[in-house]
Amino acid sequence: MSVATQDDLSGGQKRRLPLTLIVGLILVGLHVAIAALTLFWTPYGPNDMAGMRLEAPSFAHWAGTDRLGRDLFTHIMIGSRIAIQVGAGAVAIGALIGVSLGILAAFATRTLDDALAATFDILIAFPTLLLAMLVVAASDGASLSSAIIALGVAISAIVARLTRILAKRVLEMDYITAARTSGTSWLQIVFIHLLPNIWPTLMVNFALQFGLAVIAEASLSYLGLGAPPPNASWGRLLQEAQGTVYTAPFGAVAPGIALVILVIGVNLLADGLRDYADPTRGRR
Amino acid sequence: MILVLSLAIAAAVLFVLLRLLPGDPANALVSVGADPEQIAAARRQVGSDLPLVQQFFQFVSSLARFDLGTSFVSRTSVAADIADRLTVTVPLTLMAFALAVVISVPLGIIAAVKADRWYGAAISVVSQLGIAVPVFWVGILLVALFAVNLRIFPSGGFPASGWADPAAALRALALPTLTIAIVMGASMLRYVRSATQDVVDSDYLRTARALGSGFAEALARHGLRNGAVPVISILGIELATTFLGAVVVERVFTLPGLGSMLLLGIEQRDYPNVQGVLLVTTLVVLVVGFLTDIIQRLVDPRLRYSRRGDGK
Repeated sequence: MSVATQDDLSGGQKRRLPLTLIVGLILVGLHVAIAALTLFWTPYGPNDMAGMRLEAPSFAHWAGTDRLGRDLFTHIMIGSRIAIQVGAGAVAIGALIGVSLGILAAFATRTLDDALAATFDILIAFPTLLLAMLVVAASDGASLSSAIIALGVAISAIVARLTRILAKRVLEMDYITAARTSGTSWLQIVFIHLLPNIWPTLMVNFALQFGLAVIAEASLSYLGLGAPPPNASWGRLLQEAQGTVYTAPFGAVAPGIALVILVIGVNLLADGLRDYADPTRGRR
Repeated sequence: MILVLSLAIAAAVLFVLLRLLPGDPANALVSVGADPEQIAAARRQVGSDLPLVQQFFQFVSSLARFDLGTSFVSRTSVAADIADRLTVTVPLTLMAFALAVVISVPLGIIAAVKADRWYGAAISVVSQLGIAVPVFWVGILLVALFAVNLRIFPSGGFPASGWADPAAALRALALPTLTIAIVMGASMLRYVRSATQDVVDSDYLRTARALGSGFAEALARHGLRNGAVPVISILGIELATTFLGAVVVERVFTLPGLGSMLLLGIEQRDYPNVQGVLLVTTLVVLVVGFLTDIIQRLVDPRLRYSRRGDGK
């Protein structure tokens, strides 16, 4: 094995590599911790008129109050939980459907493979946000789960295409032929040879899709197609704050910062994972 | 051809999805206390009393005649409405796209070539930030900065006279254009940088330099074409995304474009409007993808002879 030499080769960037991973973990960890905390405790009740209308940030209200006098920091904390629910849920659905279909296409006969590949391409061409808008509008009343399902379906097409390409590359390898001729069942090939090989690349993609799903749900909520309070996401907070941007600009800034921190955190995590999984990869 | 087939599939998918929307569109026509007879008349009027199969054939045959129907709510021609709104969305998209290219291509090349300098690294970091920011938030921040504090540009709206007053129209589109260009530019920049990086690291560039070419000359002569191929495919995707990003940005700036027509259509259950807008957007996405393919083949002769391969 050339593990030692790879480490030597990447010596110059070795100190840098974990940095993206560490910073990513810290940023995401922060949000996960806050999200977990909201299950037990928030500074104020989400519907309490805890202060005056549109207060500026203070010790009592770290992010100020909204136009009904509710504590904005409380809502931003709850937004963390919503965002993580959306990201994790959508990616889980997308991964489950996408990886299964992608592997199926890679193993399938020529005709089925072509048909599946064409389906993935068309689904990908169909814009995620529009698809999500339609699905949310189709379900009775905007709810969080309809948004998660819509985004999950959109993600599954992207994951399926990636899985298919990766899996085909692995299936051409000699050791797969060897495994096949020695009578290994295709299930065993999938779980012992295929998945461990393509997993690192898939994980990186999942992290990126997580960030995109969070942004897409925020956009949906901003457009008024998101879940109503008490499950309001950052997108909805921003939409409400836009109307009062003249008098209380901070309300239109704070939820956005929370969102950007989470998305940058997952993106850094993805970068770090990629470099970690493949130390020979140059700085990109 | 693939283009027509894709559009046909998209049309069928749209048709099914729209019929899944809850509530009868006829409800939009009658007042709250309408008696059953009025409702039945309204259903006849919009055609929602017919069997689904029949509705579908009507839909397909009118599409073949380029007839997108009439709006349930405003009783105006959907095609005419769309054409009207495209005068906002298309200039917005094209200006934003052009600005994004102008920002991202030079900066992306600098970020790759000067990766070891502080400004090369800084460009990379800022672009990383750019892809983590939702486009509507950038819009809100720009409104707060340029419209509320500096009072340079209007915070939203579009002149009622449209392009009759080009200066006012351009002023109205300034902030939305900048909003889309910032977000799209950041994401394009990353692809340009990565493509340039591949070129800079390539063997052919080293060979060219060994044969005596200067770095800039080698990059311009050999790198440009090679680097352009992956970038063009990304630009195609981004142009389509820009068009769609307009949906959200039009809401931020209350512009009367395609995006607001779609949102209003969804709220009012105005099937013909929603259907028409989605068909036109899908068509744009498909056509842009098709053109991207052709341009790539023009730039890279190798692609003309190979059939579709897997991966890149």
